Amino acid sequence: MNKNVNNFKANYKKLPPEFNIFLVLLGLALLFEILGWIFIGQSFVANKRRLIIMILQVSVIGIIAVGVTQVIIMAGIDLSGGSLVALSAIVAASLAQNSSYTKAVYPHLTDLPFIIPVLAGIACGLFAGFLSGNIIARTGIPPFIATLGMLVSARGASTWYNNGMPVSFLNDDFIALGQGAWPVVIFLSVAALFHILMRYTKYGKHTYAIGSNEEAARVAGINITRHKIIVYSIAGGLAGLAGVVTAARAMSAQAGMGMMYELDAIAAAVIGGTSLFGGRGRIAGTLFGVLILGVITSGFVFLRIDAYYQEMVKGAIIVGAVVVDQIRYKKKNTKDKDI
Amino acid sequence: MNEIDKKIILKTEGLSKHYGGVKALDNADFTLKNGEHIAIVGDNGAGKSTFIRQITGVEIPTSGKIFFDGNLVNFKTPSDAKNAGIEAVYQNLALADDLDVPSNIFLGQEETYFNLGPFSFLNAKKMYDKSIEVLSKTGIKIPDINIAMSNMSGGQRQCVAISRSAGFASKLIIMDEPTAALGVQETEQVENIIKNLKDRGIPLIMISHNLRQVFDLVDKIWVFRQGKIVGSVDATTTNSNEVVSLITGIQQKVGEEASFI
Ligand SMILES: Nc1ncnc2c1ncn2[C@@H]1O[C@H](COP(=O)(O)OP(=O)(O)OP(=O)(O)O)[C@@H](O)[C@H]1O
Ligand SMILES: [Mg+2]
Repeated sequence: MNKNVNNFKANYKKLPPEFNIFLVLLGLALLFEILGWIFIGQSFVANKRRLIIMILQVSVIGIIAVGVTQVIIMAGIDLSGGSLVALSAIVAASLAQNSSYTKAVYPHLTDLPFIIPVLAGIACGLFAGFLSGNIIARTGIPPFIATLGMLVSARGASTWYNNGMPVSFLNDDFIALGQGAWPVVIFLSVAALFHILMRYTKYGKHTYAIGSNEEAARVAGINITRHKIIVYSIAGGLAGLAGVVTAARAMSAQAGMGMMYELDAIAAAVIGGTSLFGGRGRIAGTLFGVLILGVITSGFVFLRIDAYYQEMVKGAIIVGAVVVDQIRYKKKNTKDKDI
Repeated sequence: MNEIDKKIILKTEGLSKHYGGVKALDNADFTLKNGEHIAIVGDNGAGKSTFIRQITGVEIPTSGKIFFDGNLVNFKTPSDAKNAGIEAVYQNLALADDLDVPSNIFLGQEETYFNLGPFSFLNAKKMYDKSIEVLSKTGIKIPDINIAMSNMSGGQRQCVAISRSAGFASKLIIMDEPTAALGVQETEQVENIIKNLKDRGIPLIMISHNLRQVFDLVDKIWVFRQGKIVGSVDATTTNSNEVVSLITGIQQKVGEEASFI
C-alpha cells in the first residue's frame, strides 16, 4: 500500500508543481478570449500592448510577493508590504529630486547619482523588515500583529516624512528605472534569484524547515531567531525595492501609494500554491499567481466591467486557493495519523 | 580497565525541571562513563524525556549542574549541545514533514559546495548518497528518499531520525524510545547500529520500555519514578524482577514473572 503511494508520488513528481496553476492561468486567458470575441468582438490575448501593460502593472506586486512568499513558507505572514512601498517610495524620491526644482525636500541633496535613492529606498524597507523580524523572533508576538503594526506605522511615517505632500521633479536616471521593460526585468531577476536561493541554498532549506516544523528546526541546531530576522528583512527590502520602482514609474511619490498591495502579494503567493500553514510553496508558483492576478485585472478592464466586480472575483479566487490548500493539508495530516 | 575508559563523559548533580508546580524531574544525580551504554527505564510520565531535554539544551533546567566531557556546561540551545558533540533521537522524532529524507538527515548540518554563510549552495548529490548509506545500516526500505517525510510510515520516519543522529554522533548519543514504531527486522537492525556504536566506543543513553532489549544491549540500567532517580543497577547482575520492582515501587512476589516482558 505504502509502496504504491510512493510510486504514484514518484511518477507524479515529474510534472513541476506549478503545472496546475499554469492550467488555471491558461483557462482564465481562454475564458477572457472567448468572452472578448462574444462581447467586444476582439481578441484578448493577441494584443501585445495589453499584455505589456498587464505585466508592467503586476511587476510591483510581484516584487513584494517574492518576499511575502518566503515569509509564508516560513509559516509567517507580512502585512506591511503596501505601506513599505509608500515609505520607501517617498524616501527614495526625496533623494532623487533635480536641482531645477527650488522646493526640493533636501535642497542640498539634489542631482545625486540614481543609485543613492535606490539604495536608500531598499534600505528603508530592509530596516523596517529587520525591525518586524526582531519583534517577531524575540518577543513571540504573532507575525500578523507585528506586521499589522508596521503597516499602520509605516503609512504614518510616510505621511509624516514630507507632511503629506507628494515628492516630484525626479531625476531622469531615477525615473528610467520605472520605464520601459525595467519593472518587469527587475521583477523577473528578483524572482529568479530568490527561486534559486530558496531551492538550492541552506537559507531556503532552513526557511522550509522552520515553516514545516519550527521545533524540529530548533533541535536540529538552526538559529531560528536569526533566520526569521533575515527572512523578514529580505521581505522588507523587496517591498522597499517595489517602492523605488513605483516612484520611478509614477515619476513622483506620495504617502497614499501601494495601498493594499500587501493583500495582492499574499494572494499571488497563495494562488501560486504557497501554503499558509508553512513549509510548502515555490517562488515559481508565485510568478504564476502574479500573472493570474494580472490577467484578471486586465481581463475585467478589457471587458469594461466595473472594478468592484473584479475585487469580488479576486476575493473568491483567493478564498478558493486557501480552501484547496486546506484540503491538501488535511489529507496530509490524516495520512500521518493512520501510521 | 584503564584510566581513559573510566573517564566520566556526562554527570548531573541535583538536576531538576519544574513545570509550574509539576516536578517533572527532581534532583537527578546521574553519571555516564565514556564508552558506556546505559538505559533509562520508568513508567509513562516518570520524567525520562524531561531528563533528556535538559541535557540536550532543548530546555533550560530549573536547577542543578551538568558536566559534559570534563566541563561544567550550560547549554542555552540545542545547537550548543550539538556543537559539544551530543546527538539525540527525540521521542517525537523532530522531523520536518514537508522536507525529503536527505534534507531531514542533514538538517542544520547541510553539506555545501563552498561557504557563503546562510547562502551556501547545497551539495544535494553528496547528501543523497550519504543518506542512502546511513539508511542502509538501519535496514529500512524507502523506495524514494526524495519525497516529503509526510508520505513515510512510522518505521521509516524513526529510521530517518536514527540515521541522522547515528551518522553525526561524536561524543554522546541519546535515543528516546528508538524502536517504538519498528517491526521485528528493523528493530534488530537498529539494535545492530547500537552495538556498532558500542564497538566504536561512543557512549549511549537509551530510553526504552522494552526490558528484553534493555538487558540485551546495555551495561547499566537507571530507573526513574515520578521525576526521581530511584536506582541504577548493573545489567549483568540484576534481573527483570528487580528492575520492575524499582519501576513500580512495589516488591514483586518471588517466582512471579514481570507481566509485560
Ligand atoms: N512542557 C511541559 N509542561 C508541563 N508538564 C510537562 C511538560 N513536559 C512534561 N511534563 C510533565 O512532566 C512529567 C514527565 O514527562 P516526561 O515526558 O518526561 O515522561 P516520560 O518518562 O518521558 O514518559 P513516557 O514514557 O510516556 O515518554 C509528566 O507528568 C508530564 O506531564
Ligand atoms: Mg518520554
